[in-house]
Amino acid sequence: MHHAARRYGGLFLLGALAVVLAVPPVPTSAQAQQVAVITSFPKELFDAYKAGFERANPGWRMDVVPKPTSAAITHVRERAARPDVDIFWASAVDAFIFLKTNNMLERYSPPAEFRRGIPDQVAGFPINDPEGFFHGFAVSGYGIMWNRTYMARHRVPAPKEWEDLVKPAYFGHLVISAPSRSGTTHLTVETILQGYGWQKGWELLLQMGGNMGAITERSFGVPEAVIAGQYGVGIVIDFFGLSAIASGQPVDFVYPSVTSIVPANVAMIKNAPNPEGARRFINYLLSDDGQRLLFKPEIARLPVRATLYSEAPKGMPNPFTMKAGVQFNADLSASRYQVTNRMYDQIITFRHAELKRAWEAIYRAERAIEAARAAGRDVADAERLLAQARASARYVHVSERMAAEVSGGMERDAAYRSAKEREWGEVARASYVRAAQLAGQAEEILRRR
Amino acid sequence: MSIPVPQQAPVRAPVGIRWRTSVDPGHAALALVLLLILGVFVVWPIAAVLRVALTGADGGMTLAHLFRFFENPLYIESLTNSLLAGGWVVVIGTVLALPLAFVVARYDFRGRMLVVTLSTLPLVLPPFVGAIALTQVFGRAGTITLLLQDLFGLHVNIMEGLRGIILAQALHFFPFIFLTVTAALMNVDRSLEEMGQMMGAHGWRLLRRVVFPLVLPSYAAGALLTFVKAVDDIGTPFILNFKNMLGPQAYLRITTVGRDDVDGYVICVIMVIISIACVVASNWIVSRREYATLQTGARQPEGGKSLAGWRSSVALGTCAAILGISLLPHLGVIVMSFSRVWSLTYLPSTYTLGHYAEIFLRAPRFILNTLTYSVAAALLGVVVAAAIAYLLQRGRVPGKGLLDAIAMMPIALPGVVIGVGFLRVFYTMTLPGTETSLASTWAIFVLAYMVRRLPYALRASHAALHQVHSSLEDAAAVAGAPRVRAFRRVVLPLIIGGVTAGGVLIFITAAVEFSTTITLVSRIEQSPLSYAIYIYSQSPLGRGAAAALGVVAIVIVALGTYLANRLSGRGRMAFTL
Repeated sequence: MHHAARRYGGLFLLGALAVVLAVPPVPTSAQAQQVAVITSFPKELFDAYKAGFERANPGWRMDVVPKPTSAAITHVRERAARPDVDIFWASAVDAFIFLKTNNMLERYSPPAEFRRGIPDQVAGFPINDPEGFFHGFAVSGYGIMWNRTYMARHRVPAPKEWEDLVKPAYFGHLVISAPSRSGTTHLTVETILQGYGWQKGWELLLQMGGNMGAITERSFGVPEAVIAGQYGVGIVIDFFGLSAIASGQPVDFVYPSVTSIVPANVAMIKNAPNPEGARRFINYLLSDDGQRLLFKPEIARLPVRATLYSEAPKGMPNPFTMKAGVQFNADLSASRYQVTNRMYDQIITFRHAELKRAWEAIYRAERAIEAARAAGRDVADAERLLAQARASARYVHVSERMAAEVSGGMERDAAYRSAKEREWGEVARASYVRAAQLAGQAEEILRRR
Repeated sequence: MSIPVPQQAPVRAPVGIRWRTSVDPGHAALALVLLLILGVFVVWPIAAVLRVALTGADGGMTLAHLFRFFENPLYIESLTNSLLAGGWVVVIGTVLALPLAFVVARYDFRGRMLVVTLSTLPLVLPPFVGAIALTQVFGRAGTITLLLQDLFGLHVNIMEGLRGIILAQALHFFPFIFLTVTAALMNVDRSLEEMGQMMGAHGWRLLRRVVFPLVLPSYAAGALLTFVKAVDDIGTPFILNFKNMLGPQAYLRITTVGRDDVDGYVICVIMVIISIACVVASNWIVSRREYATLQTGARQPEGGKSLAGWRSSVALGTCAAILGISLLPHLGVIVMSFSRVWSLTYLPSTYTLGHYAEIFLRAPRFILNTLTYSVAAALLGVVVAAAIAYLLQRGRVPGKGLLDAIAMMPIALPGVVIGVGFLRVFYTMTLPGTETSLASTWAIFVLAYMVRRLPYALRASHAALHQVHSSLEDAAAVAGAPRVRAFRRVVLPLIIGGVTAGGVLIFITAAVEFSTTITLVSRIEQSPLSYAIYIYSQSPLGRGAAAALGVVAIVIVALGTYLANRLSGRGRMAFTL
């Protein structure tokens, strides 16, 4: 045995013991002066509010349980009998509606001083739950962000509207997150469906799907990929774009004319262990100080207090003067929540490879037709095949009426849901494979002559 | 984690002596206490996982859930992906490790020691930390990818999907294979080779017929260990956002479907089966080849054919190429921790110290939590391990083999399984007199880390105690010292170094533990740095701070490894992650 080791060993043990004794253990037991917040928001946001809340409420401590929205709902549901969190704090309105209908939220009406200057609606969307179960504290719109360096490198033009994104120039450069995994993307998809109508909306989504380079699992994966330059153009909620711009990243952001503006919310959990803390937290969020924190560059969200916009930093849009292209219908969105998400997954996310191949073949055939036309050749047959290919690549199997019919059954019956899902997925796969074949034939007949 | 070592059978006293002394009541009491601790924190959680997975709707035992696993396409895909990833990690690890091991073990050249030292460096970088930076190095917009594009017009993306995970894990785990194979190569009895030469075997034939069979068992053990660790690691898939593997699926089922979801437990059982199969296979291979010479660690390489001139350069060049690739994640993490804007450029275009300000000044809690939990787990683990080792070697109490068996169990338990088991058992338990669940206190991390790394601590204690002959105690007893004092004055000073080395091992592995942590953690205030790295990496601009924490993790592990090696005696490299 090494001699020095023996001596140092003892010293090390003593030192280790000293460290353990010196570091104050993390307080664990429930204290009177605290509030526990479960949230899907990123660290920049909840850190800023933790610091702000504890400063504004001396003697109070705020604990944070960070979880993706779906896991957060499970957390609250499993502990409904004996909750260990006081506040549910997230973007997606659907999550709050779910918790409210399942009787897991507590009604709260903030004092008048915290409600002044907050309109009832933003762009036609109610800011607060009419029955007082949850409260909007910030609003967000949806849009497109892109990386300038990437666009220059790949010679891709900057987009302005959703329709721009279906152009061949964007093939392989787009990135989105799956709406079934990200509440914010679900709202974007629903906005497009409501803005363009079911049929045209899905056609647009399918064609955009063909141009996607990737479909990520979580919403933040999109800005991350765009910021790093892995992909050029991302479909994101505004604060991802605005905060990236504010932190000096080489990105831009635009609201297309078809956008909707919806609030991010906060609610008190039923039977919260610290109701007083929960009330203080909601009050703080709605106070002038709490609202101003949203303007911080790393947060970059839009306050619900309309009167604060005179203090807004440069480049921060005012949603109360902005014209939203879509009057977002939250009830319609909630009624077909399952259908929309499952459908997107089955026909786009899970069939991305086939869809991408179909549109790649279509773009190739388009170029061949252009070349043949320029050479003065007859392209009528090829164009007919190409038109069939396009129709097949954006074939919408489920009509709006059908969606409404299956919606209830899909919510209730897992077997029915998986049967429907399988059907949609199979039809989609077959259509895309057929589209690629047709486009290939179009190219082929041009080559043969 | 040390090199897999065949279990050394404790030196047993002749039967007559063993049975002459009856059961010692003190030892029996100690054994009972230990059995209670192990029962509650090892057996119970595992039993709970098994129970859920194997209990049918009618309350009887059933395998129906397990069969249903194989009917779910997502689970089949996850299983395939996990096995595939593990397999590829072994293959790539082998490709990286074998040339390196061969050159280092058989040849002497300038810079050889440097190569040996650097080749253990990948182990100080937890794979999920490396993964933070790998996208910036090998991803679509990564440094290497851009270089290949701009220089050769090549468009490759190595980080896509499963490939990224395989790369991150292979670069981390290949030293396991390197260390075992180097040790085996150096232990090959030269006389066997000389005999082979005398019998006319040369070059390739000599290698194939004499050297390979001698080295194969150690290689297999190293490869299987690598495989187990790769399947166990859920941090890398999480950081790279790839969920269709066994570990992530188990975690996702438990957190999004719920703690009562049977599927989550079934996946855990499948993972345990894979793990046990590998451990058993490894032990079998090692025990079957009796002529294989293994020892507790690689010696410093010595001897070997001396290389000079261009041969030396070739040897060094080979090593430099392999090590260069394997150290890229380290460089990536370090560069990233200072980067502010890094978008489609080879290196960041703007630098900042802000990420370090964030983790040291604004949120120092993660590092403090990590130190608290890991030190506490190490202290606890050392005490338990030393007590078990003592009983195993000196104890006069029946059934002590059971203690050993239970304490070694966690070696085949994936981290996420331990986490799920702990959650199952301790979630509904409250601290006496309060409403607080035991699973939501920080003690749960300490206990879980302690359990997870107990086998390594036990092995270290065992080895240390093994070197102290019991006659020394007998001498003390003859001289009139009571047993406790004999232990304290005679045995303890002799074993403290080795035992502490085991403690340091627990400390460094606990400090970067991810799988169990993410399963157990709830409040960010209790989070150790591994989970904090994950949380930081979950916001689009947070990877810099995650990388800075990663650098801290690297420093902790590197210092710990150095300390453990110093404590366990010179000339060994046994104590590495």
